[in-house]
Amino acid sequence: MKLKQIVKILEAEAITSMKVDLDIKIGGGSDLMSDVLFYAKPESMLLTGLTNIQVVYTASTAGIIAICFVRGKKPPKETIELAEKKKIALITTSLPMFESCGRLYKKGLLGTSEVEGVSKK
Amino acid sequence: MKGRVKHLPRIQKTQQLAYELKIKEAMNKKVLTLSPEDTMLDVKKILKNRRISGIPIVQSKKLVGIVSIEDLIRCLSAGLMNEKIKNIMTAKVVALFSDEPLVHAINKFDRYGFGRFPVLDHDTGKLVGIVTKKDIIQCLLRALEIHYYAQESKRKHRYRADSLFKEILSDWTTLTMIYHVKGGDFKKAGEQSDRLKENLLKLGYSDEYIRRLIIAVLEAEMNLAIFTSGGNIIMQIERGKITVRVVDHGPGILDIELAMQPGYSTAPDFVRELGFGAGMGLPNIKNCTDEMRLESIVGKGTNLEFCIYN
Repeated sequence: MKLKQIVKILEAEAITSMKVDLDIKIGGGSDLMSDVLFYAKPESMLLTGLTNIQVVYTASTAGIIAICFVRGKKPPKETIELAEKKKIALITTSLPMFESCGRLYKKGLLGTSEVEGVSKK
Repeated sequence: MKGRVKHLPRIQKTQQLAYELKIKEAMNKKVLTLSPEDTMLDVKKILKNRRISGIPIVQSKKLVGIVSIEDLIRCLSAGLMNEKIKNIMTAKVVALFSDEPLVHAINKFDRYGFGRFPVLDHDTGKLVGIVTKKDIIQCLLRALEIHYYAQESKRKHRYRADSLFKEILSDWTTLTMIYHVKGGDFKKAGEQSDRLKENLLKLGYSDEYIRRLIIAVLEAEMNLAIFTSGGNIIMQIERGKITVRVVDHGPGILDIELAMQPGYSTAPDFVRELGFGAGMGLPNIKNCTDEMRLESIVGKGTNLEFCIYN
């Protein structure tokens, strides 16, 4: 699913400069970063309510290429700057977590368990 | 459903660049202008001397019109060369903003068939440049060239670690990197893992290998920052494997077996609010690595060691 479609579906707003044609293959939602590290797949989008800089470090480690902040959260400056540097697209939606995930899943974005495992274990 | 993921068409690089680049990166900033009170003779002089095909008309720094070579030819054949520009110019100008992506300019060239577009600043509305098809092609070629050299140098740097270990003659060669992590400094936590990752990329390890290692290192760095007064991450690279030792000087883990249980955590609330301390750190490390050893003495410190084979 293209990032621009996701922006439309979630009525979201872009925070960083981004490639609108970015291809998001998998989606996941969590506020627990260790769970993200455990479950996330490369080329995926993370939906979260957390906005601190560690979200970007976590995303960068897990191979997440876009982050959507739910419940209308806007990240602080450091988070945006690091995301720009790491080329991770940031968007924000006023929708809550459950509805954001639901809308994307309904439109066909896959979840982390539906794709062949990438990590060895 | 599964098959769908793997066979998506790739976006062409130029297409992608057209979205990434901004018009201000392509436009010509030294833009020549005339006033509506000037005549078509002035237009002729500039177009001829500068070999350009159009000129924006500006009044008190605001764009009020545009005159093209087509207008000039029309005036030449109709004998209107002494006419003031304001009577000839196209007043309804299609312009672009300097912060729009390049692809907007490409679309407008297609749609209107004009040879050039004036570029305005989004906030002030002032004329800041002009963009032609030639400018766009040059900008894309430049960006492609930069991309090409970046790819080339990346390729050159691949497998450096591998060849290093092959070429150095010894019974055992290692490369050791040490990273200090401050305790209680949660704002910076994650930074060292990021530095470490950059090095592994430079050394040519595969993305998947780095991913497994960095997940473990990031969790360990978080633990140092959250629970200890600080410590060191010592990465030892050798042929066939990377070993990471994480050493701190306290407070130590009371019950290691309990700490290894998924979901068990002693993290304070502020850490949980930051998205960590869910009791998945140590289980995550175990999950990502090939071997893991954890020793701790309460009051003395903790020594965590893990390795991944490649």
